[in-house]
Amino acid sequence: MKKFKTLITVVAILTSLSSMAEGRDYISIVGSSTVYPFATVVAERFGKSTDFKTPKIESTGTGGGMKLFCKGIDVNTADITNASRRIKQSEFEMCQKNGVKDIVEVLIGYDGIVVANDIKSHKFALTRKDLFLALAKEIPTAVVGELVANPNKKWSDVRKDLPDVKIEVLGPPPTSGTRDAFVELAMEGGCKKFDWIKETKKSNKAKYKSICHTIREDGAYIEAGENDNLIIQKLKKNPDALGIFGFSFLDQNSDLVKGASIDGGFPEFETIADGSYPVSRPLFFYVKKAHVGKIPGMAEFLHEFTSKKAMGEEGYLTDKGLIPLDEGKFNAIQGAVKDLKSLSL
Amino acid sequence: MINHNSITQKVERSLKKRYLKEKLFKAMGFASVSVAFLFLLILVSDITIKALPAFVQTQITLEIELNTEKLGINQNSTTVEIKQADFRASIRDALRKQFPDVKKRTQKKDLYSLVSIGAEYQLRDLVLENRAYLGTTKKLSFIADDDVDALVKGVIDRKVEESARRIKNFKLGLIEDLEKNGQIEKTFNWSFFSNGDSREPEIAGIKGAVMGSLYTLLVTLLMTFPVAVAAAIYLEEFAPKNRMVDFIEININNLAAVPSIVFGLLGLAVFINFFELPRSAPIVGGIVLSLMTLPTIIIASRSAIKAVPPSLREAALGLGASKMQTVFHHVFPAALPGILTGTIIGMAQALGETAPLLMIGMVAFIVDIPQSVADPATVLPIQVYLWADSPERGFLEKTSAAILVLICFLIAMNAIAIYLRKKFEKKW
Repeated sequence: MKKFKTLITVVAILTSLSSMAEGRDYISIVGSSTVYPFATVVAERFGKSTDFKTPKIESTGTGGGMKLFCKGIDVNTADITNASRRIKQSEFEMCQKNGVKDIVEVLIGYDGIVVANDIKSHKFALTRKDLFLALAKEIPTAVVGELVANPNKKWSDVRKDLPDVKIEVLGPPPTSGTRDAFVELAMEGGCKKFDWIKETKKSNKAKYKSICHTIREDGAYIEAGENDNLIIQKLKKNPDALGIFGFSFLDQNSDLVKGASIDGGFPEFETIADGSYPVSRPLFFYVKKAHVGKIPGMAEFLHEFTSKKAMGEEGYLTDKGLIPLDEGKFNAIQGAVKDLKSLSL
Repeated sequence: MINHNSITQKVERSLKKRYLKEKLFKAMGFASVSVAFLFLLILVSDITIKALPAFVQTQITLEIELNTEKLGINQNSTTVEIKQADFRASIRDALRKQFPDVKKRTQKKDLYSLVSIGAEYQLRDLVLENRAYLGTTKKLSFIADDDVDALVKGVIDRKVEESARRIKNFKLGLIEDLEKNGQIEKTFNWSFFSNGDSREPEIAGIKGAVMGSLYTLLVTLLMTFPVAVAAAIYLEEFAPKNRMVDFIEININNLAAVPSIVFGLLGLAVFINFFELPRSAPIVGGIVLSLMTLPTIIIASRSAIKAVPPSLREAALGLGASKMQTVFHHVFPAALPGILTGTIIGMAQALGETAPLLMIGMVAFIVDIPQSVADPATVLPIQVYLWADSPERGFLEKTSAAILVLICFLIAMNAIAIYLRKKFEKKW
C-alpha cells in the first residue's frame, strides 16, 4: 500500500513538473569548455545588472553542445551553444533536420594555445616543425616517403640550438578541444613543412592525417588530464617539462610560467590578435533564432555579449584572457547580431 | 608424571612464541590503523591549510559620496530606478578623490581595479536597504579585487621582482598607501556562505551549491526511504522463500555495484528525454541518486530487520497480534536505528556523488540560488570540480574551502548516524 501510494505521488510530481518545464524564464547555454570562462562572465554581469535571471551555462564540450542545441526547436532545448571551432557541415544538417532552421553565428574572439614551462627554466624558441618532430609518433627521414618511429629523446636531437633536456610535454587528453586544436594548428602546421607529406594530402588524405595528427605514445607526451591548473602545478615541480594549455591560464599565471615563442611569435594579446602567433583558434557561439523573443532576455543578453564593454578591445572579457576581434570584424559581428542574420553553410 | 611434565614444558616453551605472535599481530594492526589515520590527517590538514585564506576577505574602506544629482535618484525613487543608477561611478569618484595624481589611462585602470566588480552591486544593495544614505557621504567597506586580496594575504610575494609579479609596482604603491591609511582590513568572509557562484573569486560563494545539494538530497530521501524500507520489510518478513525472491535479492546486490554513471545515462534517457523534466534540476538529480542509494538502504534495512530477535515476533504473535501488527508495532521500531544508520550512510554517499549528475546537466554555472527543486542547481562536489578548473588563482583556496564544507557535511551526517545508533540501540 505504502509502495503504491509512493508510486502515485511520484507520477503526480513527474506530471506536474513536466508542465513546469514549459515556461522557462532563464536562458540555457551549453557547449565548449573553452568558451565557458567567457560566457559565464557575461552571464553573471547580465544577471546582476538586469532584472532577468542569470543564464545557466553547462560545460559540455563543443560536440556535446551541438547535439543538445540541434535536438529541436522546443523550449526545453538549449538556446545558445558555445563552440571552440566553427559548426561542422554535418552538425548544421543535423540542426536543419530537427527543425532548427535559423541559427545566428557569433564570432567572439580568439584563443591562443601556448607551450609553456617554469618561469626560471630554459627559454624555448620553437617552430611548428620542432613541435611536430618532437611529438609525432612517426617522423620522416631524409629519404622521401620513409617514416621511422620518433627517435628524438632530447630537444637538442630535434634541433641543435634547442636546450639539451629530455622531451617531456604535459598536455590534454584526446577528448579535449584544446588537444584537437593543438594537433591541427601546431603539429599539422609543422608537418606540412615536409613537401612530400604535403603532397600526400591530395593523394591520400587518411595517410596525411595519420602522419600529422598522431601523437607519440612512448612517454614523451604525457596526458595530464583536462585540468590546466594541474599542468601548471606540475610544471613548477618539473622545470624541464613543457605544458600545453589555453592562453588565459598563461595570462593568469604569468608569474609562475612563461610561454615559448612559436615561429618567432611570443604568445601575447597583440600577437595572437594579429595572427603573428600561429597557434590560435576562433571562438564562437550559436543562437537559436526561434527562441529570441520566446525566452525572456535573449535579445538583451545578445546585446550585452556583443557590446563594446564586453567583447571590445578594452572590454571586460579581455581581462579574462579573450583575444578581441579587430575593429572591422567587431562592427560586422555586432551588426549581424542586431539583424539576427541567419547562418547558411 | 613424566608425561605431564613434558606437556607443561612443551606449553611453556611455545608460550613465548605464541605471545610474540600475538604481540606482532597487535603491532601490525595498530600500524595499519595508524597509517590509515596518518593519510587522513595529511589529507585533511593539507586541505584545511589551503582553505583557510578563503575564509578571510580583504575589504577596502572608501569615503563614498552618494550624490543624488549625479546618481539621478533620491530617497523617494523606486527600486527599479535605484537599480539602474550608476553606482560604479560613485566608487570611481571616491577612488579618484583619494588619488588625485592618477591621470594616465592605464594607471586609472589599475586604480579602478582595486575593488571587486561586485562592489557596485554591494553599494546598490546597501542603498536599497538604507535609502537614507542617499545625499550623504559615508565611509563604507567594499570587497577588494582577487589580486589585491592575494597580495594582502601574502599569496603574491611583494619582494619578487616586478616583471615576475602579477601586481606591478604602481598598483602595489596604491595598495600600500591604502594600507598606511588603515583603509585595508581583513574580515571574516561571510559572503562565502551567502553568495552563489561567480566568475570573480572574491565574490564567489557556496550557498547555491549547498542549497542545490540540500534540495537534491531531500528529493533522494523522499524517494528512497519509503520505497527501500517497504521493500526491505516485504522481503524480510512477508515474501515467501523461493527462487523468485532469491533472484530479486541477487539483483538488488548487483544494483548496488553498478557504476553510478550508468544511473546518469538512465536519468538522461528516462527523466529528461522521455518525461521531459527540466535539465540541471535537483528533482532529476534527486531521482537519479535515489536509484543509486536504493540498494544500499534496502541491504542495510534488511540486515537491521534480520537482527531483531525472533522471540520478539513470537511473543507478539503469541499474544494475538496479526503479522502486520507484529511487524509495524514491534519489529520495525526495533530495527529503526539500523535502518536510519543505513539511510544516512546512503545519503552521505549520494552527497559526494558527481558522475551521474554529469549526464543530466548539473555541471553548470549557476549564479542564482535555487528556490525550488525545479530550479537549475549544482551540488557541492560539482562546485569543487568547477572551481578547480577555473583559471583565476583565487579559486584555488575556494576549491579547498568547498571541499572542507563538503567534508563537514559528511562528518555531521555520519555523526548523526552514530548518535542515532547509540541512542536507540537495544542490546538483546
